[in-house]
Amino acid sequence: MSGTIITVENISKRYVIGYHSGHPERHTSFREMIARGIDEAARRALALVRGQPIVHGDRIEEFWALRNINLEIQPGEIVGIIGHNGAGKSTLLKILSRITKPTEGQIVLRGRVASLLEIGTGFHPELTGRENIFLNGAMLGMTQREIKAKFDEIVAFAEVGRFLDTPVKRFSSGMYVRLAFAVAAHLEPEILIVDEVLAVGDAEFQRKCLAKMDEACRRQGRTILFVSHNMGAIASLCASTIWLHRGLLRMYGPTRQVIPDYLALGLPNQNRVVRLEHISPHNNSAPVRLLTLEWLSDLPLQQGEPIRGRVRLHTRIPLKGAAIEFGFCTPEGTRLLTYEGDGPKAGDAGCYSVEFEADSLPLSPDIYGVEIGISTSELGDLDQVSAAFQVQVLPGLKTRRSTNTGVRLASTWAWAADRGRSGPE
Amino acid sequence: MGDNRVTIIGPAGQEPHYWLELWRYRELFLILAWRDLAVRYKQTVIGVMWALIRPLFGLIIFTIIFGHVAGLPSEGSAPYPLMVFAGMLPWTFFSTGLAEASYSLANNANLLSKVYMPWLIVPTATVVVALVEFLIGLCVLLALLVWFQFLPGWQIALLPAFVIFLFIATMGPSLWSTALNVRYRDFRYVVPFLVQFGLYVSPVGFASSIVPEHWRLFYSINPMVGIIDGFRWCILGSQTHLYLPGLAMSAGAVGLCLWLGIRQFKKVESSFADLL
Repeated sequence: MSGTIITVENISKRYVIGYHSGHPERHTSFREMIARGIDEAARRALALVRGQPIVHGDRIEEFWALRNINLEIQPGEIVGIIGHNGAGKSTLLKILSRITKPTEGQIVLRGRVASLLEIGTGFHPELTGRENIFLNGAMLGMTQREIKAKFDEIVAFAEVGRFLDTPVKRFSSGMYVRLAFAVAAHLEPEILIVDEVLAVGDAEFQRKCLAKMDEACRRQGRTILFVSHNMGAIASLCASTIWLHRGLLRMYGPTRQVIPDYLALGLPNQNRVVRLEHISPHNNSAPVRLLTLEWLSDLPLQQGEPIRGRVRLHTRIPLKGAAIEFGFCTPEGTRLLTYEGDGPKAGDAGCYSVEFEADSLPLSPDIYGVEIGISTSELGDLDQVSAAFQVQVLPGLKTRRSTNTGVRLASTWAWAADRGRSGPE
Repeated sequence: MGDNRVTIIGPAGQEPHYWLELWRYRELFLILAWRDLAVRYKQTVIGVMWALIRPLFGLIIFTIIFGHVAGLPSEGSAPYPLMVFAGMLPWTFFSTGLAEASYSLANNANLLSKVYMPWLIVPTATVVVALVEFLIGLCVLLALLVWFQFLPGWQIALLPAFVIFLFIATMGPSLWSTALNVRYRDFRYVVPFLVQFGLYVSPVGFASSIVPEHWRLFYSINPMVGIIDGFRWCILGSQTHLYLPGLAMSAGAVGLCLWLGIRQFKKVESSFADLL
């Protein structure tokens, strides 16, 4: 019990929402309409007198965003928080960040807390980059002394050296995000709370930031709470995970146990069969059409594990020397990896079912887009389904902890002690 | 370098360390004040000049209307413009502070929904901006004293006390106003009207000695009456006579406004975080 850095006891949060009760039914009487109007007016007047917020609408509903949440988090843990939209993740973060108060319950935090709920909080467009570093840093909880000490590091990390004294409104959006991230990356609180802020910005820079936060926090034993929808990021960073479902604590345990259960509840695009023809609505008069992709290996995919799938297609013309490409790309569309295979030298028109198999998926845990295309040497590309659907790749049995994404290949490394050297030059 | 500060988060109504928290966030308070100030004067060359132009302009208008046209008497033998300015100085601080602070919570809503800070520092930071303009106004006062070759008496030493009094008098209504503006967004339209009304009711353009004796105590319920009288007494010295019962009444009104303001503010802070 002692040594817990965050203790959450029976936390509940209720919101009151009002809404107008549906469309007027045809047979609503005038009397009923007046009654509703009076009811609402009386309620508003009462709220005014009592000093409560005025809620619009003639029907009031109580909505419990969180109910009886109990948690104990040990120092030095990196804990993921997952759940569908509306599960209460952001509410929990807001309560932990003291932005909103719980309706019931109590939380004890032992240490300085910094919350990253938004990138660039407090940035003012009229102020220069330099001034905004001090402003943003103070917002995030750094003391002026701390900011001054780390100032040069922050500027170097953000790579905005020359623009330090121009107003931020002149920055490009990329520079803006880099500056905001740079300040955030140099936070050193005991407890760090991060919302899905990392869903924006240049992917490359994001990883740099994440790596820096990860390294600083891991080396110094700081505690991180990390909310994300990206199972790959959660799986590679967080040892344990909290799963919130509709305001209740569904599960809290080792990430390896929580994530599969969560995914079993149904993530989009984890369907076994994907209707490709619906994804790319080309002219249906095209001679060759890819129809469906069926995953034959287990979903979600895992790094290092074999993958198998079946593609069904239909062709109106005889196929000569066709080849199908199966590619994985980043969500932005950069192709990372392609599997290709040749079809038979000649084939008639009609329907085909093509099975493919690869030994070991060399992709790091992340979310990837899938592209499938069919072409012949004579006619070129016949049909292409670009990355309009995505798949999760989770860590496999042999996955190491790393924030680097992309393709990972096996290779041979031979280590030998080098007695000729004494150190760096 | 570990900071083992323990923070306990509970439902609304439990704030054991409200004032300690404010002290802890003093740095952020100063940063916010600096930010508001910097932004105000960043792009306008006229910006700094504006702090000088406004009071001077008001001075000229009031001297002409109340002094010459209406022929109202000044205090003792002090020049009318000087008497007016001694009243304009605190009034400008009050009206600017109140006006700016009234929108401060609503304007910073986005920030407050992402970062925790005791809300009290937000309107207080905007009042600090008014303080800086006040200091500029003091320089103008100095220039006027030189112009009219008027030497203040020993009373001027008490001016800092009245400045503090003025600050407190501004905070009360400002807190109340900004809290109310969070609740009822259209309250912001009421504020300029009230300020305008106050400008003519308060003894800015005229001396409060023209108010009939038996009404004077009642008149002093307006907290600015006591403060402006005090400022005039400090600056004009023995030319004026400080009406002490009035001062006490105004002080009481200031205390009441402050208490009401803080109470309303704390109430809104704990219940309206969700509705910002």
